[in-house]
Formats: sequence, C-alpha cells, structure tokens
Amino acid sequence: MTYFEFLNEHGITLLLGTVTTVKVLVCSMILYVIISMIFGLMRLSKNPVIQGTATVYIEFFRGTSLLVQLFWAYYVLPFFGISLEAFTAGVVALGLNFGAYGAEIVRAGILAVPKGQWEAAHSLNFTPAKRIKRIIIPQIFPIILPPAANLTVELLKATALVALVTVVDLTFEAKQINSITWLSAQCFGTALLIYYIMARFALVPFLRWLEVLAARKVGKEKI
Amino acid sequence: MEMGWRWDFTYEILPQMAIATLNTILAAGVGYAIALIVGLFFLLAQRTPSKIFNWVNREIVEFIRSTPLLIQLFFVYFVLPQFGITLSAWVCGMITIGLHFGTYMSEVYRGALEGVSKTQWEACRALNFSTIYTYRRIVLPQAFPIAIPGMGNYLVGIFKDTPLLSTIGVAELFHAATAVGGYNYRYLEPYTLVGIIFLTLSIPAAMWVRKLERDVNISQGKIKK
Repeated sequence: MTYFEFLNEHGITLLLGTVTTVKVLVCSMILYVIISMIFGLMRLSKNPVIQGTATVYIEFFRGTSLLVQLFWAYYVLPFFGISLEAFTAGVVALGLNFGAYGAEIVRAGILAVPKGQWEAAHSLNFTPAKRIKRIIIPQIFPIILPPAANLTVELLKATALVALVTVVDLTFEAKQINSITWLSAQCFGTALLIYYIMARFALVPFLRWLEVLAARKVGKEKI
Repeated sequence: MEMGWRWDFTYEILPQMAIATLNTILAAGVGYAIALIVGLFFLLAQRTPSKIFNWVNREIVEFIRSTPLLIQLFFVYFVLPQFGITLSAWVCGMITIGLHFGTYMSEVYRGALEGVSKTQWEACRALNFSTIYTYRRIVLPQAFPIAIPGMGNYLVGIFKDTPLLSTIGVAELFHAATAVGGYNYRYLEPYTLVGIIFLTLSIPAAMWVRKLERDVNISQGKIKK
C-alpha cells in the first residue's frame, strides 16, 4: 500500500481528529490564560490567605504529572459524584495544569514592570484597581508573551494526552488506525507531521503576530 | 462497590507502588543521562561551520521539539520492529525520552555558552590559547553554572513525563497504579497515591533546583545574599 493510498483511505479520519485536537487546544488555551491571570495576581497579593491559596495551587499542579491529573479528573472524580465528559475532563486538566505554569509567567511579568511605573501611577492618585488595569497589565504583555508562546506550544503537544482518556483526537485516531492496519510508520508519521505543521506554521506565527502587536501597543517597534 | 477512601486497600497496594516508584526514578535517571549526552551531540552539530548541516540540525531539533512525546513514543515503539529492530519497551522509552529532552538540553547548553561574555573569547585569543584550552579552562567553567538551573528543571520535567512510558507498557509507577486499579476496579486510591508520591518527590527536587539557581546567581554576583 503506497502512502497516497493510505492518505486516501485514512486522511479524512486523521483530519477529523485534528479538528478535535484544535478544539481541545483552543478551549484549554482560553481556560489557562484566564487561570494564569487570576492566580498570577493572587500570587502577588499581600493577603497571606490569597497568596497561600495561589502558592498551593501552583505547587500542586506543577508538582504532579499532567497524565496523573488527567486520569484523576476522568477516573477518580466520579467517586466524588462529579462525572465529567472526557472532553471536559481533558480541557479542565490541561487548563488547570498550564494555568499553574502560566501564573508564574504572569507573576514574573508583573514584577518585571519598572518600579517607576508603579510610583508614577501612585503619585497620580490612581486607585489600585485602575493602576493594575490601565498601567501595569498593558505593559506586561510584551514581557510575558515570549515565554507564554513557548508554553502554548507545549500545550499543543500536551493535548495529545487527552487521547488516553478516550477523547477522539488526532492521537486517538492515529492509534486506532494503527491497531486496525498496522501501518505504524504511516499513521504515526502522518500524525507527527500534522502536529509539526500545526505548531510551526499556524500556532507559532500567530503567537509571533501577537508579540508584535503587544510590542507596538506600548510603543516598542522592535522584535 | 464501596465509596470513599479505604485505608486497608491503600496499605495493601502500598508495597507494590513503592517498588514501582523505584522503577520510575530509574527511568527518569537513565532518560536524563541519555538526554544530557544527546544534547551534547545536537550542540556540536549546531556549532559546525557547515551551513547545510546547521540547517538540517536545526530543523530536526525543531521537529522533535514541536511534536508530542506521546506520539514519538508510539512511533519508536511500533515502527522500529517493522524495520526488523525489536527493542523492549524500556529501551524504546529511554531512547525517545533521551532524544526528546536532548533537544531541549542542547538549547540549555547553547544558552549557557552564549551567556559567557564575548570578551572572554577575545582575551583568550589575545593570550594565544588554543581553542580546546579556551573551552576547557575558560569558557566551560563559566558556562556550566549558567546551565545548572535549566538542567535541573529538565530533570524534574523528565521525572514528570515518565508516566507516559506506561502507554507502551513500561512497568513504572503509573503503570502499576493502572494495573492495580483495573484488577480491583478501584482507581481512587492508586491514582491518588501516584499523585502524592509525585508531589513528595518533585516538590523537594524543584525546591533544590531553585536553591541551586539562587546559589549560582550569588556566586556569579548577580544578586546579593
């Protein structure tokens, strides 16, 4: 069987799997950005309870393996009466895990804003909320976007794991086709290629574009 | 089926999990050792003068870095036998982890080498030191401390990625938990135990890496004690 015959027969299935992978990626991306913003700010709070909660959350999710968290969300949560669909469990586990990493990036980004900016906002009598919203947050994007881009590529790679909790994504389809046809080189090779194309020619250019946009917004033309 | 946490079951499976933990640590250690060496090879390939060779090397690194470890594992495990190379799951797992993290490691090395100031090279040239002598006595001693935090982070990273090995049947911690859970049809205790074991091992390791990073920064004079 030539490679073209293989693509002819199984290409559609792999593409359908790719669509699911993109769905998982987009949903967990939105979730992880929101979570990392919230917990990154909480981490910098002066209130020990809020700061402690954020620290425990971050250490917990960074300290355990994503696969363990996924299986826990899918197989163990039903013991506590919470039954999540495979897709939801996957997205939630991915979002929570990457949110913990993202929170650290956000924290570092906020700390990297020059102190003079805080002092200037303070001396202009801005309220704390306005200070964060109008002065600090717009400035952190050029700082946090490069590490966040790396993290997002990691997220794309990590979405492959949701196949193990029965989400029918690209990895799942590749495994399925492999177990039917035993054309391992073709199906896993194609899957690897699709992931590579998604990362290299779609996700990374998109994130670079965001970086340029953010840099332009605060008046830095370079990059 | 009884709901809620069962301590007797926990104690029953604990010895099995402890043995499997040793396997996990072994897998992480061996994988890390391979990654350290593979990273060196990728680094050397990056620093050759040939432009084409550099480009090919960079594309390979990019490809490995932007595809999921899970599928790479499947690829190595299922495809190699078709070419007549039959390796055990352990060997496949170690090769894949070594290759995957070797690409990351090469970036750490590269960053460290570039972290050494260019004037150091110029000074060595002015003193007529040979390239090898310059590397051995001047550049590497300064680059190594810069690489330590990154290297430590990937040790923890590899450790947390070892559960993926269970998908091709390496008998590590997660594999044991799934087996025990399937046998008794109780997943609550095994998976929770796995989480706790990972936490108790990786949090001290991460703290140690952070302390190392601070020590390095202090010794380099970047931050004060």
